[in-house]
Amino acid sequence: MIRKLFGNFGIAEILLAVSVLILVIVVAVPILLILWTALFVDGSLNTRDILKVLSQPDTYEALKNSLIIAAGVTFFSTITGVFFAWLVSRTDLPLKETMKVLFLIPFMLPPFIGALAWKMLLSPRAGYINKFLSALFGLDGSLFNIYSLSGIIAVETMYLFPFVFIQVAGALERMDPTLEESARISGAGLLTITRKITIPLMTPSIAAGALLVALYSLAHFGVPAILGTERGIYNIPTKIYEQIYQSGGSFVAIRTGTILSSILLIAAGLILYIQNLVLKAGRFQVIAGKSMRPMLLKLRGLKIPLLLFSILYIFITVILPTATIFLVGSLKTYGISFTLENMSLANLKYILFQWKMTKDAIWNSLYLALGAASVTMIVGTLISYSIVKIKVRGRFILEFLGLLPFSVPGTVIAIGVILMWSGKFGINLYNTAWIIFIAYIARYMAFSLKSNSAALEQVSDSLEEAARACGATHWQSLKDIVIPLIKPGMVAAFFLVFLPALRELTTSILLYGPTTRTIGVAIYALNEDGETVYAATLASVALVIIIIGQLVIKRITRSRIKGI
Amino acid sequence: MANVSLEKVGKTYDRHQVISDLSITIRDGECFTFLGPSGCGKTVILRLIAGFEHLTAGEIFIGDRLVSSVEKDVHIPPEARKIGVVFQDYAVWPHKTVYENVVYPLQMQKIPAAEAKKRTMAAVEQVNLGSLENRLPFQLSGGQQQRVALARALVSRPEIMLLDEPLSNLDANLREEMRFEITALQKQTGVTILYVTHDQEVALAISDRIAIMDKMGRVRQVGPPDEIYENPADPFVFKFMGISNFIPLDWRDGRLFVGGSDSPLAYPVPADVLDRIRRHELIAGCRPYDIELTHDDSSPTRGTIRRVIYLGSIIDYRVVLGMQEIRVQQDVRDAGQGGIPFRDGDPVGLNFLNLKWFENRGLNEEVES
Repeated sequence: MIRKLFGNFGIAEILLAVSVLILVIVVAVPILLILWTALFVDGSLNTRDILKVLSQPDTYEALKNSLIIAAGVTFFSTITGVFFAWLVSRTDLPLKETMKVLFLIPFMLPPFIGALAWKMLLSPRAGYINKFLSALFGLDGSLFNIYSLSGIIAVETMYLFPFVFIQVAGALERMDPTLEESARISGAGLLTITRKITIPLMTPSIAAGALLVALYSLAHFGVPAILGTERGIYNIPTKIYEQIYQSGGSFVAIRTGTILSSILLIAAGLILYIQNLVLKAGRFQVIAGKSMRPMLLKLRGLKIPLLLFSILYIFITVILPTATIFLVGSLKTYGISFTLENMSLANLKYILFQWKMTKDAIWNSLYLALGAASVTMIVGTLISYSIVKIKVRGRFILEFLGLLPFSVPGTVIAIGVILMWSGKFGINLYNTAWIIFIAYIARYMAFSLKSNSAALEQVSDSLEEAARACGATHWQSLKDIVIPLIKPGMVAAFFLVFLPALRELTTSILLYGPTTRTIGVAIYALNEDGETVYAATLASVALVIIIIGQLVIKRITRSRIKGI
Repeated sequence: MANVSLEKVGKTYDRHQVISDLSITIRDGECFTFLGPSGCGKTVILRLIAGFEHLTAGEIFIGDRLVSSVEKDVHIPPEARKIGVVFQDYAVWPHKTVYENVVYPLQMQKIPAAEAKKRTMAAVEQVNLGSLENRLPFQLSGGQQQRVALARALVSRPEIMLLDEPLSNLDANLREEMRFEITALQKQTGVTILYVTHDQEVALAISDRIAIMDKMGRVRQVGPPDEIYENPADPFVFKFMGISNFIPLDWRDGRLFVGGSDSPLAYPVPADVLDRIRRHELIAGCRPYDIELTHDDSSPTRGTIRRVIYLGSIIDYRVVLGMQEIRVQQDVRDAGQGGIPFRDGDPVGLNFLNLKWFENRGLNEEVES
């Protein structure tokens, strides 16, 4: 029996065991702890506290705001995403390929940095655009107020609509054009075809994109934190942060946090469930794998106006905020005009080399992002290998556990990590960088898994078996065949984790200690303290790193080995 | 070199029995083919022998060496079985050059570099890839990639070579060429070849012996190609090896008639067969070219031409005979000078040249390849 259990323990079993162990510790236990802490006190059901938290007007208000923001952002992102997707894939818009790339850029901009920029542009009193318009029209008050639910919705929409855009543009391009052509031959006009054929066929992709936006915006921290808290507008993640922050991290506050987190978890579960239903119902075999030439709508007179509109959209949502960050970041003081003598690189020098707080934050973020990216890359490869290549029973559990954090809000992960690693189980990492490190691993494992699984699925089983037949052991076949072939996927996984981790805010804000601020936390704190200029300088440093990282990713994904 | 013995081998996936109680011995130095429809488990047998899958019953020996046994809890990993494997999708490593692909087994065996180089180059030459050794696989055609796979399987001088449908991804001309090459390589090296395919033609062309498998994973007949073709053990084998006609017969008024018709059958039937026909135990079977069509009434067996298809070297007819439609093929040269001798709707006389007798049961088994 013992021999049966251990005698045949090959690499497959070891990999599987290690994968399960890591996922259980990093993902499963923290999430279960949240539910447990929310529901039970001293082993008995904690209905009193749950009801108390839920019946507080504050909670109710935060929940309502979360829902309003999510609904608004989803609605506007869907309209924007579908419209631009249709424009670049189904019309004769000039410069389509360039526009396609441009519409993905908002994705790379961290929403909270965008919010910071929009605050500078549209805050009621000091916002540059408001000031400009007031002066122009001689108004007394201001035209726009970014500190509002609609302001939050607008800013989130700007940076989340690519979720819908990517899904829909991809599906429109891969849709079999003969479906539309046969409708046309049957005598249908373009409008009828669009209404009766194209839109119904696109519904699954639109819904998939929209639900991703809903999932993200429901639990988004950054934008409401920067634009809402100032005027007392809280959503659930910012409410959790406020409660824990105000009580100095007391356990009561954390338990309240677990109850709110459970609500987020349930909402996320619901969204995923709906998404599954939609995707299942929408499995028409109409979307072919390869690109085909679709029927293009001739825009005629609208060609140039629509192109200008698209360019203007990109200018307003990407270039204007980015430029604002860079410009404000080099000002001597906030509020003075953008003239050459008012600007210098002194701020940059100060935050990079002199101010310990920002210096620490940059180094912390670099170390944490490098560490998390390396660990998730290696562990992600291991787990994906277990999922994709080792055909054992129960691998769907691995897949579920691995991809779960993808839909678990960052705030929830932070609370789970606090519960697990603050001494309750013998290890206390609270206030150290390690706790942030673990949270990052949990949060970003899914990114690495997706990238690695995609790469591994491209490596046919027979390539590895051929190596075994040639006399290679399992380890040797991994080293000589599998790893070299999935290297591009692994490197991509590294950057897919490194870049978002570098500017992470949502989990770090709940986990940082006096010496473990990250870039995201530092920008947030500087902004809170009214150090708008330094916040912008630090944000520009983050943006530069992100841009360089994106360029590197692009190079890697382009230079994949041919013929795999 | 070595023989391979499977003894009472079984393989079950999640309660789904793919192979059960299979015993077969592949002789040293022979080319043995598992031929069967897709999904019959022939690839599973090969993977069991290679060690990629674990047995759920029985034992496998390569030479005298026990490589897999459920009872004795033995499973030698694939890398220690001294085998060469060629896969359907070639499985040539895309990141290694031809040379690096082929030398790999020798590196695994820690053969000194100089000798490894010599043997690799020899193997590359052997499969006619000389001068392409520095190419990467994506620069090669499908046929060339399959040659790389062959060279890689051969270079370490394995005791047995396992080939899993290695030709099915190639076009017809290349397939024929590679078929010759595989046979030639075996002559040169004397390696035991175990070949898996669903293609009857390839199996007949290259094998010393063939095992015909059915959908249930059972072996129906084992024997040399001509024996399988000429003396099929049952209707399944007969159907699987080519286009087949089955003709039920009735005994009335002291004569044999084509089932359900007034057409008598003129064919010398042995007495013992006749007995069993009268008890409706046997049925006649024949190939399309084992029937002669005549315009005159030299044959009492009469049918009607239903459809004529001209295929170049042969003409293919569907002929209504009694209750059924049978296939008849005629060599264009035999059809005479006047082009196609029969038209749709023509009455026709049929002479049966070579009837085989099959048990009535098992006739309706589906055959797909």
